[in-house]
Amino acid sequence: MTSYAYRKFKNRLFLALSLGCVIIAAVPLLSILIEVILKGAPELSIKLLTQPWGVIGSSDAGGLGPSIQGTLILIGLTSLICMPLGVISGIFLAEHGNNKFATAYASWMRIFNNALTGVPSIVVGITVFAVVVLTLGHYSPIAGAVALSFIAIPIVARTTEESLKLVPNSVREASLALGVRNWRTTVSVVLPDARKGVVTGALLATARIAGETAPLLMTILGSQYFFQGFSQPMDALPLRIYRDAFLPYSNFQAQAWGAALILILIVLGLNIGLRVASSGKLGK
Amino acid sequence: MGSLESENAEMKENTDGAKTSNEPNSEEAGEKIQTVNLSAWFATKQALKNINLSVKANAVTAIIGPSGCGKSTLVRCLNRMHELVPGSSYSGKVLLDRQDIYSKEVDPVLIRRRVGMVFQKPNPFPTMSIYDNVAAGLRLTGLKKGKKLDDVVRHSLEQATLWDEVRDDLKKPGTSISGGQQQRLCIARAIALQPEVILMDEPCSALDPAATAKIEQLIVTLKENYTVVVVTHNMQQAARVSDFTAFLYVGELIEYGSTWGIFENPKNELTEKYITGRFG
Repeated sequence: MTSYAYRKFKNRLFLALSLGCVIIAAVPLLSILIEVILKGAPELSIKLLTQPWGVIGSSDAGGLGPSIQGTLILIGLTSLICMPLGVISGIFLAEHGNNKFATAYASWMRIFNNALTGVPSIVVGITVFAVVVLTLGHYSPIAGAVALSFIAIPIVARTTEESLKLVPNSVREASLALGVRNWRTTVSVVLPDARKGVVTGALLATARIAGETAPLLMTILGSQYFFQGFSQPMDALPLRIYRDAFLPYSNFQAQAWGAALILILIVLGLNIGLRVASSGKLGK
Repeated sequence: MGSLESENAEMKENTDGAKTSNEPNSEEAGEKIQTVNLSAWFATKQALKNINLSVKANAVTAIIGPSGCGKSTLVRCLNRMHELVPGSSYSGKVLLDRQDIYSKEVDPVLIRRRVGMVFQKPNPFPTMSIYDNVAAGLRLTGLKKGKKLDDVVRHSLEQATLWDEVRDDLKKPGTSISGGQQQRLCIARAIALQPEVILMDEPCSALDPAATAKIEQLIVTLKENYTVVVVTHNMQQAARVSDFTAFLYVGELIEYGSTWGIFENPKNELTEKYITGRFG
């Protein structure tokens, strides 16, 4: 074999290997997705989307209305807490590391942030149970949102920091040289340029929290009723999947597949919606 | 901070001698900026050594010299952009209209509004339209808002000789026009704040000859209203656009005088070697 043919062969081999890895990685993901669609799609109906849960053991499994409502409320509440905190922490980590104290503080924050990403979500649930639920005296959507924020903030902060660092320094300097203050430069010049990355972080965090189950067990408990107020237990889709799946009744198990599909659709919908909304006229 | 102060103190000692011999005559009329024993460091590396330079108002002053001689650092000291580099330090004074811009009570942000800057690579704000780019300085500093901006934007683009080319495309992204147009957009952005001085750090080095010619013409017209300091790699450019030329070599000001004098009759051997192309 000539060396040219050999190099060409090596190139092809590498391509084949990477392709193989992609396929191997995609198989379990696709099989889960296909399974959920196949088993969940027949369950979809107006009743499933709007009705409350049926009586356990009866032939009527009811619907997922309270769970869908609860999940949307949780996503909203959590975003209210974790977006400002996460984005502003990310800004601090990326933009204000230029004096000694801030640099040291920022590097410690980064370590804590990474450690927080690795904390098992059940531990977060127990912590919030002890701190929020026991203090307030009841399970509540607030406690749920706090627990989910623990999980989401490090993700949002991290991705915000990374995407701000990708903004070229020349853009910052252009603004500072006009006599624009630091904070204004960050908010009006740097942040808009990093918009895509920040939105991606927000989406990753949302997708992650929408599917969390363990922290919710300890904080919102689960409920068969629609939203009862901020001091009452609430339901959510992952909790409903968990409870349905363990029931020995096939109609309730089928409902769990429907719930899983709806959860995927909600995350997908948020994903597409946010991307469309954030790609302004000047977005590429 | 501690290290900076001790460095300043140290510098003061060994610059006292130079001060008497080199300090320009501050009584001379028409001086916009004076640097007094200005030195600058990046961490421990000294980039400028005791620069004493006086920039005349409503004239173009060119700063020439080989790569790495401190040209950019010098102009960045004139609007306090140098201190934004982590680990940087300085000593000495920079007087703008006789006032030391490095004294404690001076806000660097306000200095930058009086001393505008144009960078080597055109850097319009990527998320803003042409209009918004020009309006950015006034908007983000809260000086002007809304409809009042229309006139300023138009006037600034006219002064930067860009208006006729973009008048119908003001809503398009600032990065959608050609490199030369982007650089004139950056000049318009600087002009919009009505600064007193415009610093240009190799404004043509990323541009083709045709775009360069336009910027050079623009520089010459700008001096009617502004004091212009232009850093350039290109000696012909310095000769074409400037009234005064400063030659920098390894952080030191070797020679400074009228451009005609520097190019026709250089007093220093190094200057002569550099402008005749024997090094650099």
